[in-house]
This record gives sequence, C-alpha cells and structure tokens, in this order.
Amino acid sequence: MALIQEQSRPGRRAVAQAPAGPVRLEGIPAAMRRQAPPALPEVSEMQVVRHYTRLSQKNFSIDTQFYPLGSCTMKYNPRGANELAMLPGFLGRHPEAPDGHSQGFLACMHDLQEILREVTGMCAVSLSPMAGAQGEFAGVAMIRAYHRSRGDDARQEILVPDAAHGTNPASAVMCGYRVREIPTGDDGDIDLEALQAVLGPHTAGIMLTNPSTLGVFERHIGDIAGMVHDAGGLLYYDGANLNAILGKVRPGDMGFDVIHMNLHKTFSTPHGGGGPGAGPVGVSERLEPFLPLPLVVREGEEYRWLTEEDRPHSIGRLSAFAGNAGVLLRAYVYARMLGREGMSRVADYSTLNANYMLKRLQEAGFDPAYPDRRATHEFIVTLRRQARELGVNTMDFAKRLLDFGFHAPTTYFPLLVPECLLIEPTETEDKATLDAFVAAMARIQEEAEREPDKVKGAPWSLPVRRLDDVRAARELDLAWRPHSS
Amino acid sequence: MSNVPSELKYTNSHEWVRDEGDGTVTVGITEHAQELLGDLVFVELPETGSEVAAGSECAVVESVKAASDVYSPVTGEVVAVNEALADAPEKVNEDAFGEGWLFRVKLADPAQLDGLLDAGAYQAVMEADEH
Repeated sequence: MALIQEQSRPGRRAVAQAPAGPVRLEGIPAAMRRQAPPALPEVSEMQVVRHYTRLSQKNFSIDTQFYPLGSCTMKYNPRGANELAMLPGFLGRHPEAPDGHSQGFLACMHDLQEILREVTGMCAVSLSPMAGAQGEFAGVAMIRAYHRSRGDDARQEILVPDAAHGTNPASAVMCGYRVREIPTGDDGDIDLEALQAVLGPHTAGIMLTNPSTLGVFERHIGDIAGMVHDAGGLLYYDGANLNAILGKVRPGDMGFDVIHMNLHKTFSTPHGGGGPGAGPVGVSERLEPFLPLPLVVREGEEYRWLTEEDRPHSIGRLSAFAGNAGVLLRAYVYARMLGREGMSRVADYSTLNANYMLKRLQEAGFDPAYPDRRATHEFIVTLRRQARELGVNTMDFAKRLLDFGFHAPTTYFPLLVPECLLIEPTETEDKATLDAFVAAMARIQEEAEREPDKVKGAPWSLPVRRLDDVRAARELDLAWRPHSS
Repeated sequence: MSNVPSELKYTNSHEWVRDEGDGTVTVGITEHAQELLGDLVFVELPETGSEVAAGSECAVVESVKAASDVYSPVTGEVVAVNEALADAPEKVNEDAFGEGWLFRVKLADPAQLDGLLDAGAYQAVMEADEH
C-alpha cells in the first residue's frame, strides 16, 4: 500500500479542510514565518478518505476483534461516552475561558475528582497528568516533595518488586531516586523477609501494583504497608490493574499513600496507538498539599480552578492546561453510566471472565504460571513446555492467533515467567467470545504437535506476514523522505 | 544444552569471566543468557576508565523481547570495551564467549576470582533454571 506522501501530485487539493477565510499573517514576525511551504502531501479529498479507510481496515482494534492484551485492559469504549464528550459546548470551550464561562465543564471535572477519590479511598485527586507514565512521575515527585518538606533528605531509595511494570523503576529514576529490586516468591507474593532486609532510613517508598503484574492479588499488602510505614517510607499504588478491584477494595484502605489511575484502561477511554491517555493521581492526607495543579474546587454553587496561590507546595503543573480534557470527559460519562453498582460489576465480571478462561485453558492442556492461585482480572499461561518439546514458542502462538481473528495477548511479559502469555479478557466480552478464543488456542496446540510449520510461519492471512522485528530494531527507519532529497 | 567452557568463571546472573593472566579479566554474557534473550538489537557498555563494583549493574543488553542489566562480576576499573558491538550487537548471539565479549576490567583484588562459579557450578545454575 502506497504511503499518503507517495500519492501526492502537485496542485491536488482537498478543500474541506482549507481555512474558511483569508490567512492573516501580520501578527507573526517575519523571522518566524516559513520561507518554503511544508512538505505535506498534495492529495484529493477522495484519496484521503480511501487511504485512511483502507488503513483502518487493516487494523486490529477493539471495535473489530477480541483484544485480550494483558495489563492493558482493552475493554469496549461505549459510544455514549464519546457522544457526550463531543457536545458542542465541550468541543468549543476555550481552555483559557474564565471559570465563570466553564461551569458545566468544571462541574464534570469536580465530580470526576470526587468519584475517583471515593472509589480509590484516597483523600484527594488531581486530574492533571496526561498519561499513566506522567501520573507515575507526579506520584513519585510528591513522595520526594513530602520527604523534602520534612528535611528527611536521606531517603534516596525506591523499592520496586521484580514483577513491576517497567515504568515504575523508570519513574523513580526520573525523580532522582535509586531503585532497589525486591524478589517475588514462587506463589507470586512479595518475599517479606527480603523486603524487611532492605527497609531503613534510606527508604523513600515502595511502588506496587496490586493485583500484581503476575495476575494475582498481593495477600500480604496489610503487612507490607505496616513494614514500609514503620520504616518511614510511603506506598505508591500503580493503578494498572485497578479494574480487578473496582468497587470491591480500595487502595486507600490497603494503606497506600499515592495512586495513579489509568482512565484509558479502567475507565474505558479509547487507547492504543499512543494515546491520548489520562493518569489522574490520588493521595492520602499528608500528600495533599503537593498535588499537581490545577484542581477544581466547589465553593457554594460555584466551581473554580485552584492555582499556585491556593497551593504553594504543589509539585506544579504537568500540562499547559488541565490534562486531556476530552479523555477526562469520556471517563466521567463512563463512571456516571456505571454508577456505584456498575463499578463493582466491572470487578465481578472482569475477574469471572479471567478465571473462566484460565480454567478452560487448563482443561485444554495449557500450563498456568501460578496454578495454586486464583486469577484476578488477568492471568499468565506459560508455553515453556511447548517451546521445549515442540519447538513452537509463545511468539508463534501469538502470531497464529491473528489468523484466527484474535489480537494476541501480551507476550514475554512479565519477564519473570518464561515463554508467557498474559491474558486479560475484560468484563465486556461474552462467554461465546471467550470460548472461541480457548478453542483457537486448543487448535493451535494441535497444529503445533502435528504441523508445527503452520504455527511457526504464521500469520498467513494478514496483509503482512511475519515481520523481521530484529532487523526493524537494529535498522530503525521511521521517517518518510521524498526520494529527491 | 548450551556450551559452558571449562576455562572460564561464571556468575548466577549469567556473566562469564576470563582471567587474562595480567591482572585483567574479560567479561561477557553466556551462551545460555543470549539464548534466553534472543536476538540482541542494542548493547550499552560502561565507559573505559570507569569503576565498576562486583554485583552492580554496569551494562545493558537489549533484545526484541527484553532489556536486561548486566552485572559486573568483579570490582575494578574498566580498561577496554568491545566497541564493535555498537554496530554489530549480533556478535553476542553468534559468539558469546569470543567476539561477543563486553568489557575488560583491571581487578582491584585478584582474589575475588575465587568467589565466582566454575563451569560445573554454572551448569547446575542453568539446570535449576530449566525446572
């Protein structure tokens, strides 16, 4: 398929997107104006429509396929949330509009803060981080600000279990911390003795995901919270797996001091392909002064943004305005559509679906990584035996699943479990879909035994075959350039 | 089962060490380690002249599957690094114990080699990994 740039012919235009009136440049200093037009493709409207429609047809997405990508919570994104977020009053609102002209939007943001605060059991919430990673950064920055405000500068180390998301150590390092890894036991829980051995006056905090990346609930969380707090450290909750416990148990009640949520996962805003996301942060009382700005408060019947004047100890702003407003609105509508009862049904059905699939896959002869543990909203299957005995590995299974019309689960993550698939069905899939996926896995297993080349050569039915991902990584080639230059 | 040359020393974290007999050692990752990682696409090495401590992270090997830290098996000063890996990380896959070496260290204390695993002990580590 030709790139849109390659379809360019001089003089072709798509007038639908052209400016409505004459372009006025007088306010822009001459030195800042371009000398030559940008190298944009010159194409007709029909070419654009066909090109992007065809591209979308090649896509695997939640709108077309089951997408059990573990740790990513690829649930269906209800159209109602989209529709309401696109109301003209929201779309046309200028981010610099005075508070008095944005009362409707501010009321929604205030309610979203309150809903998230309540469902996580924290003391206060800021919506401003624009992605999960930025939420993590904000969370760790608040931990740092808290220790500094107390003159407790010796706390230089953040503890991270080896089962953590790779972003956790990265966020800690971005905030200037040393990272120390703590091991996980064979049952998937943290090794408490190893934790005790590394706690001390140098401990700034610990970053945990609960349920963990291994698809199990950390049963000793109460003990862990006590141990870390006794050592003077704080507990950070990575909200990646919040879906499993929504409306059931609250991170605030488990003893966490700071949490980030991924609204693009748990609150069903569209994601994949790089965003935009939303990573609000919630905090316990002692971290509230440090929350990132802006925040919305309600004073009588009026809503307004809080600024640096109101919150002098804030870690500051993370974006030009107030986070990804459109994403936050979608999450707000989704939360309102669920209501209190709906929230806990998310946890009911996401965990039921995961446990059902785990059991069915076990019956079909697949090996769970943690056979003695009940799954949360996701679980791990290891194909180590298939790789050793049949020479067919996890990547081969994943690629062959595409031929059966399923997006592959997460592969080779977490790193602790060899040849693993991390499978997360979410609550929005029905039993027939889960059964069809299990049947496809069983069929691939049969193929792996009888005609392994069929699996090793997959995919066969997609627009592109197996890509050379090693060469793609070694010889990065990301930008299109005209042949003439 | 991977090749484990008997003249080398090893660590639990899958590095190998060759005593060059002049107070320096050469360090790399084992054939077993490169098999686990798969095709490498990037290798980050320590700076020549920097100090490394036994057990601390000092290099990164990255494959399509994962990025993994390499821990220095010994304490001392880095006296050479394998510059060729910048353009050809696949040398680690092709010849882990030879052309795929990572760096050389001038030992702070030659006795530290005694604390490393011999080939038999490393073989046992690999086998334990298999189960």
